[in-house]
Amino acid sequence: MFAFPDIVCNEGETLLVTGNSGVGKTTLLHLLGGLLRPESGEIVIDNTVINSFSERKLDHFRGQNIGLVLQQSHFIEAFTVLENVALASWLATGKQKMEKAKQLLEHLDLGNHLHKLPSQLSVGQQQRVSIARALINEPKLLLADEPTSSLDDENAFKVADLLEQLAKEFKTALVIVTHDSRLKERFSNQISLS
Amino acid sequence: MIGKLAWRNTWFKPLSTVLSIILLMSSVAIITVLILLQKQFEEQFSSNADDIDLVLGAQGSPLQLILSSVYQMDAPTGNIDYTEAKTWMQNPFVKSAIPLAYGDNYLGFKILGTTPDYLAKFGGKVEKGKMFANTFEVVIGSEIADKLQLKVGDTFFGSHGDAKEGEKHEEAAYKVVGIASKTGKVVDNLILSNVKSVWAMHDVHDHEEGEANHEAALNSEEGKEITAVLIKFRNKMGIVLWPRLIAQNTKMQAASPAIEINRLFTLFGIGLEALQYLAYGIMLISGISIFIALFNTLKERKYEFALLRIQGASRFQLLQAIIIESLVLCVIGFVFGTILGRVALLFISKSSDEEFKIAFNPLEFVWDKEGVLLLVTIFVGLLAAIIPAIKAYRLNISKTLSNA
Repeated sequence: MFAFPDIVCNEGETLLVTGNSGVGKTTLLHLLGGLLRPESGEIVIDNTVINSFSERKLDHFRGQNIGLVLQQSHFIEAFTVLENVALASWLATGKQKMEKAKQLLEHLDLGNHLHKLPSQLSVGQQQRVSIARALINEPKLLLADEPTSSLDDENAFKVADLLEQLAKEFKTALVIVTHDSRLKERFSNQISLS
Repeated sequence: MIGKLAWRNTWFKPLSTVLSIILLMSSVAIITVLILLQKQFEEQFSSNADDIDLVLGAQGSPLQLILSSVYQMDAPTGNIDYTEAKTWMQNPFVKSAIPLAYGDNYLGFKILGTTPDYLAKFGGKVEKGKMFANTFEVVIGSEIADKLQLKVGDTFFGSHGDAKEGEKHEEAAYKVVGIASKTGKVVDNLILSNVKSVWAMHDVHDHEEGEANHEAALNSEEGKEITAVLIKFRNKMGIVLWPRLIAQNTKMQAASPAIEINRLFTLFGIGLEALQYLAYGIMLISGISIFIALFNTLKERKYEFALLRIQGASRFQLLQAIIIESLVLCVIGFVFGTILGRVALLFISKSSDEEFKIAFNPLEFVWDKEGVLLLVTIFVGLLAAIIPAIKAYRLNISKTLSNA
């Protein structure tokens, strides 16, 4: 059982949620992402209360409005980088936005890797692909779960910069859950769970 | 897109996919061969026995009599006396009686002494040339004309008995006077002459010194023998009465093709059934193989599934992905199995054609039975997919991701 304080994050803003292991950072993230349902309280995204949605409606809402970047990037192993990103657009909207996926990947410096399998990329590159995937549908909310913990300093800052920059660009509220001290120094808007 | 996902996943781990497909393919191939064999075998057997109610022949195995005289597949049971047979052939019960006399062969093809009715019974006609009328004139079946490149007017020497390497009758040559139309039945692989030719050939052989008696002997039917008589009754009571009547009053026997073939089918029906069980057993194993393959990848792929859900895939779409994947395997296995089965039948047909002059058509489709086979295959696929699919359906995304 976890209890969380009220958390607000506006569009274009970045909020860092920090705390030690076991305080419920990931649980909070899953609540925000509609993967778990709260026992009490409300989760409001873009003026919509999502707690009471049916499973199917929640899946749909999540696909269109929430982007997730996870600690370890998981991919459809059998799909290429480009297809992985395009799949996200298809699942959310029913359309494969190939062009947009290409642009986004090129924007993230992955133009040369479009037709490779995810497993052929480095960890840093994989993390950037999952950012592209999370942003393809221009979500209202971008959730990042320890996005930098498996990256070296250079890549960690690169990813942090990218996330912040893209959140502004896409007018997305960005919530990063982390215990990475490098990020704590990087972002000022922080909430610490305990 | 879900279909594409399933398709890609199928080939992402090709080894287990190929194993599943090979297993399915084998079972489908075996069953396909069995289905086609059974159907075409029965068809061939019954069509060759059309219009034959009873076969009159020498005592011995009734099955052998039927096989030898109707299907040309076995050695004759022996000879019967022509005059004695004739009394039965002229019985008022009898609608038609076709005598058969085996003597020689030419390069393994039997030369059969009979009447023109024999060819007519199979719905055959003389396509080129004319029907045999005189001694040593023959009409050859269409297959023989093809295989041996014989034409009207050609002559050849027969060999004694039914072995290719038998002693040659070089005293008198047969002359091809006609070529029969194609019937798809045993007559396509026979050389037909009149009964007298068979007698004459063996008289020539036996009486080489006594030239004087020769002509006289040939024209008398006294003491002449034939091999069997194909009988069609006017009154079907004959089928029931004659076998006993003939067994009691003569040294001959009368056998019914219908009864004997039925017996034969029951005999190797057991073998066919056993093979069928084997094939379904293999199919079951392939089902289990697909199940294990799907179940194993499920563990590795639960993140993939969680990922799909995060991106807005419904639980139903995950269910779909797994079922489609299994069905893809099944359909591929079925298609290849159907093809493989037909290739196998082609080879079976080749060897059975050489040995028994029975050919099978691999391109025939037995829609109802093969349709059922397809349904069974798909059912196996669904069954194999159902547990993995339900597991994927019930996947708890939050838990899956937290354990990452």
